[in-house]
Amino acid sequence: MTDTPQSSPPPTAAAKSVMGDRISAATTSRRSVNERWMQLPKPARMAIGAACLVFVYALPSLDLPLIPTQSDFTALLALIIVPYVIVALGLNVVVGFAGLLDLGYVGFYAVGAYAVAILTSAHATVPWLLSIPISVLISMLAGLLLGAPTLRLRGDYLAIVTLGFGEIIRLLAKSSDWLGGASGIGNIKSPPDIGPFKFSGTIDERNLAFYYLAVTLVVIIYFFLRRLEFSRVGRSWTAIREDEDAAELMGVPTFKFKLWAFAIGAGIGGLAGTLYASNVRFINPDNFQLKLSILFLAMVVLGGPGNMPGVILGSVLVSYLPERLRFLNTSRYFWFGVLLMVMMIFRPQGLIPRKLRARRRETDVEPPAFVDVAEGDPDLEGGPYGPLPA
Amino acid sequence: MDHSLLEVDHVTMQFGGLLALNDVDFTINSGEILGLIGPNGAGKTTAFNVITGVYQATSGAVRFEGRNLAKIDRHKITKLGIARTFQNIRLFPDMTAIENVMVGADAHHTSGVLSAMLHLPKHKAEEKAGLARAYELLDFMGIADRADDAARNLPYGYQRRLEIARALATDPTLLCLDEPAAGFNPAEKIELMGLIRTIRDQGYTVLLIEHDMSLVMGVTDRIVVLDFGKKIAEGSPAEIRANPAVIAAYLGEAADAS
Repeated sequence: MTDTPQSSPPPTAAAKSVMGDRISAATTSRRSVNERWMQLPKPARMAIGAACLVFVYALPSLDLPLIPTQSDFTALLALIIVPYVIVALGLNVVVGFAGLLDLGYVGFYAVGAYAVAILTSAHATVPWLLSIPISVLISMLAGLLLGAPTLRLRGDYLAIVTLGFGEIIRLLAKSSDWLGGASGIGNIKSPPDIGPFKFSGTIDERNLAFYYLAVTLVVIIYFFLRRLEFSRVGRSWTAIREDEDAAELMGVPTFKFKLWAFAIGAGIGGLAGTLYASNVRFINPDNFQLKLSILFLAMVVLGGPGNMPGVILGSVLVSYLPERLRFLNTSRYFWFGVLLMVMMIFRPQGLIPRKLRARRRETDVEPPAFVDVAEGDPDLEGGPYGPLPA
Repeated sequence: MDHSLLEVDHVTMQFGGLLALNDVDFTINSGEILGLIGPNGAGKTTAFNVITGVYQATSGAVRFEGRNLAKIDRHKITKLGIARTFQNIRLFPDMTAIENVMVGADAHHTSGVLSAMLHLPKHKAEEKAGLARAYELLDFMGIADRADDAARNLPYGYQRRLEIARALATDPTLLCLDEPAAGFNPAEKIELMGLIRTIRDQGYTVLLIEHDMSLVMGVTDRIVVLDFGKKIAEGSPAEIRANPAVIAAYLGEAADAS
């Protein structure tokens, strides 16, 4: 409601309009997608969002040209693309929001998958619905266990430690008989049937049901992460990413919030792992190799770290393109790599870079009339400073 | 008004073989503007860093309102009421000006992850209060017109002012300014002097590191002079101006000159 006066800088707005429409038209066309998106009124943005959502839910039933891949498209969506969107949203909290480089994120994905496997098949018969929150909690705990001793490290050192963590989880599963060893764990429980969503039906029904479940989870996760982003927590994460020392000196409890970022990221990664495990119903350590961590990171970096729509786009592309390029046979990963490199050269900040957040959209605080220091010389009688607001 | 707010009690700071602060001892009284001056490398910024908890003193103690700051986390020192700016500007470059200030205002907020996810009333109230306070401070500093611009895109003078606004947002008792006038032209410096006085008049205590002598002499109530990590003088601006040890530190010994 206070958007309009702020979207154009007050001192120059009048001057610009004098110069005629041509200039303003030119500047309009050069504005970024983000800016144009933010200038849409809120109902319009919500309508577009809702339309996208309807499209996504309808995607498996639509018979679109070009988009589907040679193999079973629904299976690809349910097994790989949407779970990877969840993974990327989780990793984005750690890498994008808080700026902590995590090269072992597959570890949390594995913890979630193994937790649900142990709880519902190998060593217990917990109902599926109960096993999911427990598995997510276990993943969060793994995040805390990794974070507490290592989050005092920074940058490259943290990356190395997390890299090791991912491998430790995989090797632990491989060498421990209790965790199924190299042959893995089978007979993992699936979700119970809910109305028309038959998780125990034919392979097609099953994939479709998992697809709807996963997309719904994406929506829920997105909703809550969005709220976190625009809060004291999100601001603290951004401040830590930008300048950790300055953040600490401005009163941000950096260690606490870094730990939260790790725990939330781990929980979401674990959730994706539980989905994967209960869909394929059989896991072994080879499902959780290092290359997955790199792939997850590529999704976030390609899409635009710190910007959730970008990250979603990045994860969809990274998990979809190798399948779409399958006609290239063995050279498809090569061409996929070339594509990624070209992207990084021409758009290093990601497909949809993170945007600055216009705060006043979120609340109804009116900006006060300001004293314009930039106009003319600052007068020598003490500047614009009135009494400091108490 | 003359009770001491911060006591720097015989602080020594050693980095390996380098003695950055050598038994430095001074107090900051409540409600005054104290200038900390000295030639390059005298240990001014080190003293700052010891006070704000960036470094732990090798020996000696820093007491704020009678409380030893030695084992207190840095972010908690800010909560106790010490805020600072940086000699080389350290804003959060990719955050907007208003968000930079809100990070400061968050120092006293307590809503956490759950509160933010569920939009509990506490979260909403704190967001609103923090945003309003941040606007007030931007307005006070005269930079509210660029509130929604990324800090990195602000002109230099705006960035300096934004740092002060961010520090004020933490609601400090003691505001530490590390060379706030660096890079300012004379007119801006005069403006800054007015600002520092205004801040003091509102009940804040100010510790000011500054190179510019005219600024320091014009605005401070008392001055502490450091040279090679040692305190060589302390007193009113007039006393400091006439102090032979200070003149020697800045201009060299008379014997050297002739």
